Amino acid sequence: MSLVTREAMRSFRRAPLLSTLSVAAIAFSLFTIGLYGLVSINFSQALTGLEERVEVVAFLMRGTPAETVALASEDIAAFPEVLDVRYVSQDEALRRAKEELVEFREAYAELQTNPLPASFEIRLKPGYRRSEQAAAVADRLSGFPFIDDVRFGQDWVVRLDRLRNLATAVQLIIGLAFAVVAVAIIGVTIRITVFQRAEEIAIMRLVGATNGFIRGPFVLEGVMKGALGGVAALALCRIAYVLFRAGIGEQLQDLRFFDTSHMALMLLFGMLIGLLGSLLSVGRHLRRV
Amino acid sequence: MIRFSNVTKRFDNGTEALKDISFQVKKSEFLFLTGHSGAGKSTILSLISAHETPTEGEVRISGLRLQQLKSKDVPRLRRKLGIVFQDFRLLENRTAAENVAFALEVTGARTDTIPGKVMRVLTQVGLASKARAFPQQLSGGEQQRVAIARALVNDPPIFLADEPTGNLDERAARSVFKLLRHIHAGGTSVIMATHNLDLVRRHEYRTVELKQGELVYDSAYDSVEELDPA
Repeated sequence: MSLVTREAMRSFRRAPLLSTLSVAAIAFSLFTIGLYGLVSINFSQALTGLEERVEVVAFLMRGTPAETVALASEDIAAFPEVLDVRYVSQDEALRRAKEELVEFREAYAELQTNPLPASFEIRLKPGYRRSEQAAAVADRLSGFPFIDDVRFGQDWVVRLDRLRNLATAVQLIIGLAFAVVAVAIIGVTIRITVFQRAEEIAIMRLVGATNGFIRGPFVLEGVMKGALGGVAALALCRIAYVLFRAGIGEQLQDLRFFDTSHMALMLLFGMLIGLLGSLLSVGRHLRRV
Repeated sequence: MIRFSNVTKRFDNGTEALKDISFQVKKSEFLFLTGHSGAGKSTILSLISAHETPTEGEVRISGLRLQQLKSKDVPRLRRKLGIVFQDFRLLENRTAAENVAFALEVTGARTDTIPGKVMRVLTQVGLASKARAFPQQLSGGEQQRVAIARALVNDPPIFLADEPTGNLDERAARSVFKLLRHIHAGGTSVIMATHNLDLVRRHEYRTVELKQGELVYDSAYDSVEELDPA
């Protein structure tokens, strides 16, 4: 076992209470971040669900020939933003209207001719569902001579964009705030350890240890505490998630927990803030002595 | 080997610890630094070990100007110095052998060479049988000898001792001093700061006396009778 590892382990053994408290402090900081992360990924998932409903509808002029419709359908499907194109004939549009607008069923029954136009319903690929991208597709569709009108629920898409931007900003700001708090907590716990070992650091310097060598055990200790805190935080998040799901019953079945990459990210994040916290604390101490 | 040229050291609070000091220590020389508390003895040792830098003037070791030393090179300088203090500065939670080994470990010595080197210096200071004892199980003299062993284990050409006998009874002090003489006899330059004028008078080593930061006597140039007896 290398000296750095041995010294880091020695620090754990020498002050088990302080080490446990440090890991607990880190765990609760990361738990708070984790809870926020759970809310965040579920909220993002809900937004993605809403985004999937962004659709551009191009209404065709009456009497557009079938071969023109077929060719146009292929052209539109080749747009880079387009996920798929569905042709809705006049008859299908009327059938849908009868099904969906029950209160007008009688009025539709009395119609002599079908007033509803045929249309293309165009779904956009993920990443192309913002208002300006939908508007660009709508503009291009308007250029077809047989397209009478194009709609994509502009107001709704713009509102969705705003919501998405707001959610991203809130996620960034709150996530960053939690991360800073976690780094500060880890920094404080490492500083306590640094003060506890101030004499040892002074002796290390006396006998010619480099700053890099002195930092080594503290940095490893910070990373280990960050990793342990991360594991404990994930366990706490899982408990909170299970309890929450049990409490709300069937209402929110789409709720999801972190996937493997999220959990790895949280562990890495714990290790990173452990590393940062210890580097800052030891660096500050070494500059002073 | 060590040269102080017109060195003044002024601390941030305005205290002038050294005033225009010049002297040199030759290779394999034994030098006593004497003077009252606050005379500047420890400041001289701190300047040699690069714990402090001069405000004016320069300190050179083997021609190397210490002010020009980059911070990353300071540890390398300290590995060439053995340093002991009045308060021993041992790690309480490590045995005598572990305290000595620590000085080798932090300098990146090969693991398989450490036990042999540790036992060699513990034998040299007469503590081989107490290798496994913790500092609190040792007397003051023994603790200082462990500190000396730690300072010696990297075979430094310069040995700095800041009041090494200050906390010891006379018998222990004599034993520690005998050890320093033995180290000197091996060719190491020894600079020992001390209050103990009896010790200084009993030995014919060169003496530099400081008073309020000024060098007031150097036996290399004056007679020993001019030492301040106070």
